[in-house]
Amino acid sequence: MTTRKVLIAALAVVVPIASAVADGGVFDEYREMMGDDNPAIFVIEEGEEFWLQELGPKQVSLETCDLGLGPGVVAGAYAQLPRYFADTDQVMDLESRLVHCMVELQGRDPEDVHAKPYSLRGDMGTEIEALAAWIADQSSGVPIAPGQDQPQERAMYDLGEQLFYYRAGPHDFSCATCHGQDGARIRLQALGNLAKHEDAASAYASWPAYRISEGVVRTMGWRMRDCFRQQRLPELIMGSEASVALQMYLAVNAAGAPMSAPGLKR
Amino acid sequence: MTIMKIKWAGLLAVTLVPIMAVADQTYDVLSQSMRAKNSVSMDRLTQDSLQAYCSKPRDEANYSTAAAIRESRLAAIAMPADGVFVGDWRQGHDVANNGRGLQYSDDPSQPNGGNCYACHQLDPREVAYGTIGPSLTNYGARGQSDVMLRYTWTKIWDTHAYNVCSHMPRFGAQGILTEQQIKDVMAYLMDPDSPVNRPVEE
Repeated sequence: MTTRKVLIAALAVVVPIASAVADGGVFDEYREMMGDDNPAIFVIEEGEEFWLQELGPKQVSLETCDLGLGPGVVAGAYAQLPRYFADTDQVMDLESRLVHCMVELQGRDPEDVHAKPYSLRGDMGTEIEALAAWIADQSSGVPIAPGQDQPQERAMYDLGEQLFYYRAGPHDFSCATCHGQDGARIRLQALGNLAKHEDAASAYASWPAYRISEGVVRTMGWRMRDCFRQQRLPELIMGSEASVALQMYLAVNAAGAPMSAPGLKR
Repeated sequence: MTIMKIKWAGLLAVTLVPIMAVADQTYDVLSQSMRAKNSVSMDRLTQDSLQAYCSKPRDEANYSTAAAIRESRLAAIAMPADGVFVGDWRQGHDVANNGRGLQYSDDPSQPNGGNCYACHQLDPREVAYGTIGPSLTNYGARGQSDVMLRYTWTKIWDTHAYNVCSHMPRFGAQGILTEQQIKDVMAYLMDPDSPVNRPVEE
C-alpha cells in the first residue's frame, strides 16, 4: 500500500513536466519508457479493493452488484455495457450502474456519490475511477457487445446518434465537428471518425484510460463530459441519459472489437 | 427584398419542421443531463435555426435551402465600421494560437482566442496544426484586392455565408472575437511580413 502510494506520487511529479510540452513526442517517449507497463495497474488494484470494501450505512461491499451478467459477475461485464436493466427500467452505463449499487446495496446518499465522481487535476483518483479501471480490465480481450436486443437499447443508440450531430453553443460545435471525418487531427492530436467502426473501436476499447498529462485514470463518462466542456456547453452529469446515449452510440459503432482498457493516453 | 424574405422563410419552415421535432427531444435530454457551471449557462443548449439546420449527419442533410441561407447570411455580415480590414499580424498570431474562451474552465475576464491552429496550418514553421480545415499557409499570395479582403473577412465573420454547415465557428456573428481581433487575424493571414506568408528558409 505504502509503496504504491509512493509510486503514484512519483508519477505525479513526472506528469506535469510532460504536460508542459505541447508536442506529442514527449508522450511517445514516455510510452516507450513505460513499455507494456501502464500506471493504471495500481489503480486497478485499488478498484478491486473498493469493490470488496464494506461501505455506506449498510456496511456491505459491492460484491452482489449486478453489472448485467448476474450479481457479482465482473469478468466480461464492462464489454456488454451499456445495456437495459429490468430492475431500474433504464439503459445504464457502468457509472450509472455503480451509483445504483452504491445507493441500493450500500445505502449511500446519491448526492454524496455524485459529489465528486471524477478527480480534479493533481488529485488522487476517485472511487468511481478506480472501480471503472478494475471492472474494464476484467473485460480485457472480450469483444464489445452492448445491449441492442431491447427496444429501449435501440432507442438509446438513436438518441446517441442525434446527440452526436447536435450543434449548439457559441462555436456551433457538435461531437461530429471534430469526430465526423477520416484522418483529421486537432493540433497534433488524432481525432478519429467515431461514426465509423474502425475508429470507434480503437477509441471505445481504450477507455477507461490512464492520462499521462493528468496522472489519473479517466473514465468514458469523463471523456464525454470533457468533450462537452470543449464544445462550450454546460457540465455533463455522470450517468445521465445523454452520457449513456453517447456511450451506447460509440459502443455499438465499436461492437465486435476486443476491449483493451485501461489504455494509456497523452 | 420583402418577397425574397417571405420566400426564404417559407422554404426554411418546410425544411425545419421535421428537424425541429427531433431537435426538441435531443434538447430535452441534454437539458436534463447537464448543469450550468461557472460562466456557462443552460441557454447554450438552445439551437438557433442555423444550428438546427446543420445538425443532421452529412449524408442525410437536405441542402435544398442552402442557397437561400447563404444569401441571407451574406446580407448580415458586418464589415469593419472604419473600412479598415487589416490590423497587427503580431496580435493576430496570439489570437490564432489561443484556444481558450467561453469554456466553463476559462477565465471570462481574459480575451477569447480564435484557435485557428486547431484546424488550419498557417505559419509553415509551426508543426502543431490541425487538419479539419484547409491549409492557409502563404494565404497572402492569394491576393490583396478589396474583393479578397471582403471575402476573407466574411469567412471569419460567418463562414456559412459561403459554405453552409461548415465546421468553422462564426467568429464575428456569434461575438467570439472582437472586430479588432478579426482585423489582427486578417493581418496574420494577409500581411506580407506575417510568418504565414514568409517561406521557410533552407
